[in-house]
Amino acid sequence: MNINATLIGQSITFFFFVWFCMKYVWPPIMQALEARKKQIADGLAAGERGKHEQELAQKRSAEVLVEAKRQAQEIIAKAEKRAAEIVEESKTDAKSEGERILVAARAEIGQEVNRAKEGLRAQVVSIAIAGASKVLEREVDANTHNDLLTKLAAQI
Amino acid sequence: MSGEAHTSSEYIRHHLQNLTFGQLTDGNGGTHWGFAHTAEQAKEMGFWAVNVDTLGFSLVLGALFLWLFHSVAKSVTSGVPSGAQNFVEWVVDFIDDSVRGSFNGKNPLVAPLSLTIFLWIFLMNFMDLLPVDWIPHLATALGVPFLKVVPSTDPNATFGMALSVFALVLYYSIKMKGASGFAGELTLMPFQAKNKLVQVLFMPINLLLEGVTLISKPVSLALRLFGNMYAGEMIFILIAIMYGTGWAMGSFGGFLQLGWAIFHILIITLQAFIFMTLTIVYLDMAHQEHH
Repeated sequence: MNINATLIGQSITFFFFVWFCMKYVWPPIMQALEARKKQIADGLAAGERGKHEQELAQKRSAEVLVEAKRQAQEIIAKAEKRAAEIVEESKTDAKSEGERILVAARAEIGQEVNRAKEGLRAQVVSIAIAGASKVLEREVDANTHNDLLTKLAAQI
Repeated sequence: MSGEAHTSSEYIRHHLQNLTFGQLTDGNGGTHWGFAHTAEQAKEMGFWAVNVDTLGFSLVLGALFLWLFHSVAKSVTSGVPSGAQNFVEWVVDFIDDSVRGSFNGKNPLVAPLSLTIFLWIFLMNFMDLLPVDWIPHLATALGVPFLKVVPSTDPNATFGMALSVFALVLYYSIKMKGASGFAGELTLMPFQAKNKLVQVLFMPINLLLEGVTLISKPVSLALRLFGNMYAGEMIFILIAIMYGTGWAMGSFGGFLQLGWAIFHILIITLQAFIFMTLTIVYLDMAHQEHH
């Protein structure tokens, strides 16, 4: 229990230990602890950011969905309108085409009728001449009675 | 227990004697270096002698602590810590919290200093929990006359550390406040006066008061640790004496030793913690400017 040079030895040992601890032990451990703290903080921040981004994406997707629905509605409306238009168009086309055909047919019929009339007229004249010659028992000169005959034919 | 020591007082005295290496005086007046074989011889060696057991055990224990922590520090990872790193980080975090809580200045020395103090003192105190006769008996068998296992029951060890801390306190006081600032702190407080003459008269009184406060820091640090450990060791020795006094007392002693050892776990940790905390506080005071 005497105070002796152990005191000095102990002090030297103490300072050496403290120096060693300060130089080789404390800094790397503290650094690792700080690095881990930072990692954890970063991770938490990243998680928070991810959550936020997901929320945004969800919102955005909902918006896109609404927009798509609206566009589809629009397209359908347009298509319906167009279809109605086409139907209308073809209706008017068909109508005008029908009318045109009708007119042409009528013109043809008219021509046929006229042609038939002409034929009949000529035949009636010849029949009438033949009948008259029978009645008169003599030759009717067609040339002499041409005026009369033409008048008759026009009356038929 | 050495071979010839049989009485209780001899047993106790033997346990409380350090293995001292120094200059021995032999019969014809000459001197030579060697180990003291009696307490009287150790006393005669004076200041220039060394307690080999104190130095040896404290060196081994300090080296053990530094080796463990250094091996962890070398392979430390900021990823998932495992085993030893977990433990080391827990200790380091605890020390760092204590330093942050009590130390307001900025000094990279304080935290590693606190770690060293805490673990070194803890390990030295921990030797107290080993049964008091194990290592001394072994030493006796090997022919070593004395062996004191617990370095912190040697005032040389506790004063060595306390004086080192005191040196740091003085160094940082002067570094932070300047020599005049530190001198002012010692002489201009606590008694102050507007009158210059009265102030000069107050100076010696202040110096006395502040000087006592200053000196009491290392003394209380060293004596608190030494006293606690010495008393604890003494109780273990007294309990150990009971083993030699028959079956009934022996088994009762066993219970006592178990109880005291469990209680002592608290004491050794607490003493290490108190030494560390007071060191931090003293250094904090050294870093603070008073106006």
